[in-house]
Amino acid sequence: MVAIVDYGVGNLFSLKASFGEIGADVTVTSDAEVIKSASHILLPGVGAFSDAAKKLYDSGLWDAVKDEVNRGKPILGICLGMQLLFEKSFEYGEHEGLGLIKGEIRPISEVIPKDLKIPHIGWNALSITRPCDIFKNIKSGDCVYFVHSYYAKTDDAVVATAEYGAALTAAVARGNIYGCQFHPEKSGKTGLAILSAFCETEGI
Amino acid sequence: MITKRIIPCLDVRDGRVVKGVNFENLADVSSPVELAKFYSDNGADELVFYDITASAEGRALFTDILRETAKSVFIPLTVGGGINTTDDFDRVLKCGADKVSVNSGAIRNPNLIYEAAKLYGNQCVVISADVARVDGKYRVFAKGGREATDLEAVEWIKRCVDLGAGEVVLNSIDTDGVKGGFDIEMLDAVSNAVNVPVIASGGAGKISDFITLFNTLPRVDAGLAASIFHFGEVKISDLKAEMARAGIPTRI
Repeated sequence: MVAIVDYGVGNLFSLKASFGEIGADVTVTSDAEVIKSASHILLPGVGAFSDAAKKLYDSGLWDAVKDEVNRGKPILGICLGMQLLFEKSFEYGEHEGLGLIKGEIRPISEVIPKDLKIPHIGWNALSITRPCDIFKNIKSGDCVYFVHSYYAKTDDAVVATAEYGAALTAAVARGNIYGCQFHPEKSGKTGLAILSAFCETEGI
Repeated sequence: MITKRIIPCLDVRDGRVVKGVNFENLADVSSPVELAKFYSDNGADELVFYDITASAEGRALFTDILRETAKSVFIPLTVGGGINTTDDFDRVLKCGADKVSVNSGAIRNPNLIYEAAKLYGNQCVVISADVARVDGKYRVFAKGGREATDLEAVEWIKRCVDLGAGEVVLNSIDTDGVKGGFDIEMLDAVSNAVNVPVIASGGAGKISDFITLFNTLPRVDAGLAASIFHFGEVKISDLKAEMARAGIPTRI
């Protein structure tokens, strides 16, 4: 069973529907016990990093998520949920993340030309830089839907980038930990194929 | 590189899709849920639902339809029509909308944009403007294009973006329904004035109108149309193939 972590940020309607569409057993939950009994964890998130991190902490699920992931359970972070997997973010100050992947969240304005619009919003092609389980049903050049103003600056975990004046981190993976900066639940067939592949990962 | 988006727009009244020519003579076209799924499966990059219902019953029917649609459509969904308060944002976001477009509600209360952007993020707030030329000036119209305001369009749209709108839909009343091409001049003025995505609306009649739009105005991010898609005059797959041939970044 896939547990979508409900910690009070964002709209989980489409995410839940997309797992339903691919035939996965899915539950939206704010209960640590359900997260413990799940086979896969989905960490969503929209809005500002500090607000989301605080809500995850206040919900009492911060440690539950971290413990399960450290035990080897597969987790997929989406958008801000991916950013939360990192050590820290520089969105409006400096804030601590879950620290499951090395790296930090920085404004995309630091790396893209000034004439490009921010946020990076719309459909962009994935460039797969390393083979990854969650990409087994898709290929480089397939388009996915992005909405973000910050990106993950990381050396060791990038598995896909998207070209927007710079090669922005589009997806990361390390062991049982996966993250997508884009929204698979809004990326048509390509996105559903990524979610299906995630459901088939077995963790470590 | 970000692709140029093609966006079918569904005007929904009492649970059915309608499309007027110059906002009048509405004609029933199809079921919103079926049409949305069809578009999603056939290459649409995003969908816009406008609720043009006047009654409370119609509004309840609209949210039901929206929920049904969002269950089976996995591309971004923008909802507009009758959005006057942040509670209205909440209502449609809970039914599966990703972005909410405001028009008359923002004209009455521009602070709505600021409040909504603070609650849901700039990316969630779309300013939709119906604009026509009046005495040589671009004038904003309210209430579905029926009521002239005192607002100058470029200034108004800039103000909305400053308040937190993350995207602009510019609908030219002058070209809407005429099928003679997008309003390049008006779109040029607006797209050069803001640094958020601009969606062109009003006037598309054939594939080459989209090619002209994107080739002439590189700062325009998307083209929106309704009846030419609903009546099958332009197939999205054909349109995108032509765009790709013309070297315009396109999601195929």
